[in-house]
Amino acid sequence: MFSLLRSMWLVFLHMFHKRETYQYPEEKAPLPARWRGRIALTRDPDGGERCVGCYLCAAACPVDCISLQAAEAPDGRRYPGFFRINFSRCIFCGFCEEACPTYAIQLLPDFEMAEYDRQNLVYEKEDLLINSQGKYPGYNYYRVAGMAIAGKDKGEARHEEPPVNVRSLLP
Amino acid sequence: MTIYIDNKPYEAKPGKNLLEACLELGLNLPYFCWHPALGSVGACRQCAVKVFKDEDDKTGRLVMGCMEPVRDNLRLSLEDPGAKAFREQVIGWLMTNHPHDCAVCDEGGSCHLQDMTVMTGHTYRNYRFSKRTYENQDLGPFLNHEMNRCIQCYRCVRFYKDYAGGKDLNVFAAHNHVYFGRCESGRLESEFSGNLAEVCPTGVFTDKTLKSHYTRKWDMTWAPSVCQGCSLGCNTSAGERYGSLRQIANRYNGEVNGYFLCDRGRYGYEFVNSDQRILQPAFRPHSNGTVNKEHVLDQVAARLKNGRTIGIGSPRASLESNFALKMLVGEDNFYLGMSDSDHDLTSLALKILRDGPVRTPSLQEAGEADAVFILGEDLTNTAPMLALAVRQAVRRKPEADAMGQIHLAEWQDAAVREAVQEDRGPLFIFNTLPTKLDELAEAVQRGAPEQLARLGFAVAQQLGADIAPITGLTPEETALAGKIAAALLAAERPLIIGGYGSGCDHMMKAAANVAWALRQKGRNPLLSLTLPEVNSLGLEMLGGHRLDTAIDVLRQGEADTVIVLENDLYRRADEHLIDEFFLHAQEVILIDHLYNRTAEKATVLLPAGTFAEADGTVVNNEGRAQRYYQVYVPKGDVQESWRWCLQIAEGAQVQSLHGLHNLDDIDWALTTGMPSLASLQHLAPHADFRINGQRIPREPHRYSGRTAMQANVNVSEPKPAEDDDTPLSFTMEGYRGEPPAPLIPFFWSPGWNSVQSVNKYQQEIGGHLHGGDPGVRLLEPHVNGGAPFFHEAPDTFVPIPGHVHIMPVYHIFGSEELSMYTPGIAKHAADFCCLYLNPDDLAQWNITPGNWVTVETDHHTCRLVATANHWMPRGLAGVNAGLPQSPVVDLPVLAKMQA
Ligand code: SF4
Ligand code: SF4
Ligand code: SF4
Ligand code: SF4
Ligand code: FES
Repeated sequence: MFSLLRSMWLVFLHMFHKRETYQYPEEKAPLPARWRGRIALTRDPDGGERCVGCYLCAAACPVDCISLQAAEAPDGRRYPGFFRINFSRCIFCGFCEEACPTYAIQLLPDFEMAEYDRQNLVYEKEDLLINSQGKYPGYNYYRVAGMAIAGKDKGEARHEEPPVNVRSLLP
Repeated sequence: MTIYIDNKPYEAKPGKNLLEACLELGLNLPYFCWHPALGSVGACRQCAVKVFKDEDDKTGRLVMGCMEPVRDNLRLSLEDPGAKAFREQVIGWLMTNHPHDCAVCDEGGSCHLQDMTVMTGHTYRNYRFSKRTYENQDLGPFLNHEMNRCIQCYRCVRFYKDYAGGKDLNVFAAHNHVYFGRCESGRLESEFSGNLAEVCPTGVFTDKTLKSHYTRKWDMTWAPSVCQGCSLGCNTSAGERYGSLRQIANRYNGEVNGYFLCDRGRYGYEFVNSDQRILQPAFRPHSNGTVNKEHVLDQVAARLKNGRTIGIGSPRASLESNFALKMLVGEDNFYLGMSDSDHDLTSLALKILRDGPVRTPSLQEAGEADAVFILGEDLTNTAPMLALAVRQAVRRKPEADAMGQIHLAEWQDAAVREAVQEDRGPLFIFNTLPTKLDELAEAVQRGAPEQLARLGFAVAQQLGADIAPITGLTPEETALAGKIAAALLAAERPLIIGGYGSGCDHMMKAAANVAWALRQKGRNPLLSLTLPEVNSLGLEMLGGHRLDTAIDVLRQGEADTVIVLENDLYRRADEHLIDEFFLHAQEVILIDHLYNRTAEKATVLLPAGTFAEADGTVVNNEGRAQRYYQVYVPKGDVQESWRWCLQIAEGAQVQSLHGLHNLDDIDWALTTGMPSLASLQHLAPHADFRINGQRIPREPHRYSGRTAMQANVNVSEPKPAEDDDTPLSFTMEGYRGEPPAPLIPFFWSPGWNSVQSVNKYQQEIGGHLHGGDPGVRLLEPHVNGGAPFFHEAPDTFVPIPGHVHIMPVYHIFGSEELSMYTPGIAKHAADFCCLYLNPDDLAQWNITPGNWVTVETDHHTCRLVATANHWMPRGLAGVNAGLPQSPVVDLPVLAKMQA
């Protein structure tokens, strides 16, 4: 009997505690920057598409819900011709983000993706590509990679010597 | 021989090096510069192991595994901390200048450098300074060049120059600046350049056609396949993604192609993705929209029941498809869809190989011959990989001499080459035009094919063949015949090569006579005959009537319906004949995959699967039946030609095909119907074959995107396709261990993602695959049958006034029908409409080179561009054979010529 009353009393006291419940959707929970929510494709500091279509995210995905086709632009940059994520399958594990060598694919603090029709959960590149660098500002893969692209020739990446003169035998 | 590796005893074969021994035992030892086909040079220092004096030696010394021979009771350690640290250091150094490129590198996921880096445990870069860089070159349509990725292992030049005889790839500059490329941008000239993509352990050389629709190795659906490019039937792995064929990779077969392919084979696949593909059945000329498949089948079956139908087979279709058509139309109504000259040559080859006492070698055996005599073949263009085998064969004799003298092992590549220098074993070439192999030959003879065949007969006679004496030879010719005869007699494994290349049957007969004469002398010769197409020999074994008789049958009204199987008849006979053929045929039912000139004449089109969308068996020039497997489920109503025939047969109630549905059924009917093909039953496991109850997956275990690739169409994934014909599955589920050799879709092994993983599938490095190489030989020599010599040598070649003899000139790029759909191949194809003539003939006829001339064959004229070629004997002309829209098809032919 006593324990019953004690429990009721404790419950009663909770009415005066700070509330943990958010009045969603009027009130939004503050999500940490590393929250693993909606996936986006980001851009490099120069506004170019970061994704180079390397397929690593697709390979890392445990539910195989990423599919893409690599292509090469006339300026030498690689990019995904199409890039599709089937969010009805995605488990938001973040493996793709971890696998990505260019910081292109990032999970964002946004979970508001509910749909009445499952088909609408299939996101194409137009839906995924955002105009931002996301969580990793300042990184541009092509500045460290050895491939030449328009505006960055051989020897112009970070820590690169100018191209070798192959006709020279000088030491 | 016992060796101790990390104190465990193992059996090792003598004559090997430690690296080979370790790999053969299934142990992992990293390497770069060693290549199983190229041998060791000890350049990269990656394969270091510790070797100990005896049990008590705890210090040991570092040696390069690839340079140290196996000795009895040798003690070595792979796990020794010193050796491990050394290997990690080495890869660290190799990586100092390596670019941060994996994400944009086409080698990634099948990169030997990645694999070895992971294997040594060099996971973090220690080097923090600037990297050396290089400019790249444009190497043409087949290979991409990205020199920054080079680790200076020298494999590329060793393959390209030393192994394949290429001239235009080299190493430039010095010290840590060495550069591997051409002296200036331009297409790599070697016909084997594509192998660089697999030989180079990094992403310096990568497949450019793959780049145009790039897919990682792990993302492709693979199936074991067979090259359709020529009669050699090299083994390939074909990879698909998103419904299009992406890549042809080498599939090791210890008896056939080994580690390499030619560029026609590697790149000639793009016709599969062509927009000229027939994807839906159709009634022509006017059918509105797509027609229902059942309706078409009913119509065709009805037609078959009412009309008198003949069937035209094809040397580029499988045995199964040809057989199904033959049964569908009835044995008497089946015609081989080869040109009459091809038919003559192929049936002659079959007769020679079947009735003669001499064995025809596999490509591997051909490469081991120690004397070679080539009659009328430009092998680089008619059977490219055989040319590569001959390049190895000419090294055998001097190599054996050198090894005998200075006790070198065969794998000591640099030392053996140093000892051999420019020495070469005997190679003799008779050919009208120069060939790329001429540079290796001891003697080369030019002239008209008949003339050369006469000389070939003379060689046979010198060897004691029982044939009519050859008269009228010059003393030099007689001397040459004597020299060749002596060299062949002195050799242990002489190889005689003939074939279809000159279009002259006497050349093949001369080759047979020479081989048989050697055999009569108690030698062990080999006789290799090239043939026009991938399944020429298989079709000939099935048997059927000549194509020209089909035209007569139609003309006389004995038949009014034709079923054409995977064949463009305009490539088989001259245009006016085929036009007439179609004029007399009321219904032409074409089962094919490309919309070509024959398709334009067809009244019914049935879409056939290419080699990538069909299962089938083809027989190569060695009589080896080989199976290729469907890679993926095609679009539309595309299906195997034999399945179309079976479905038509069901509607038409053809008894002989009753109740047959899948590959095993048709193969059962084929082998029971044709006892000579009975061994096909053992070609490959049947469809119900399972390992641990599981199928063999066509997809690697890392295959990605399954739940997204079709989600744009429907978010619910479709059920994966089932395969009723083979034990392979179209998915990534199934048995993950090593499949039986005929069913290996791609080579992969834990830690070995690149093609180098093939080491794990071999009984012995460079030897047979586990369980034996795939394919069964259907032809064995008639050993006790005596030598049925061809007694009649051809007459001396004499020009006929007012006429030219036109002979075919074959080219690796251009002469084969399907590979011409690859833009890179079409770009470098031989010249169109070009008639090669001797300059003296041109002067006599008053023709300016470059002008059009009219040639008349069989009362029909066509116009060609006269081109001077001083190798053409007078009275003889050549045209580039097999080009699309070529006006003269059935070669050789005698033609009237007007300026
Ligand atoms: S891992 Fe990154 S760069 Fe590679 S395909 Fe995915 S998003 Fe693009
Ligand atoms: S060669 Fe291999 S290690 Fe080098 S960038 Fe390409 S994939 Fe990466
Ligand atoms: S290009 Fe490739 S094969 Fe040639 S040396 Fe460099 S890494 Fe080796
Ligand atoms: S030699 Fe013939 S079979 Fe071999 S890869 Fe070349 S074209 Fe194909
Ligand atoms: S593989 Fe032995 S040194 Fe290169």
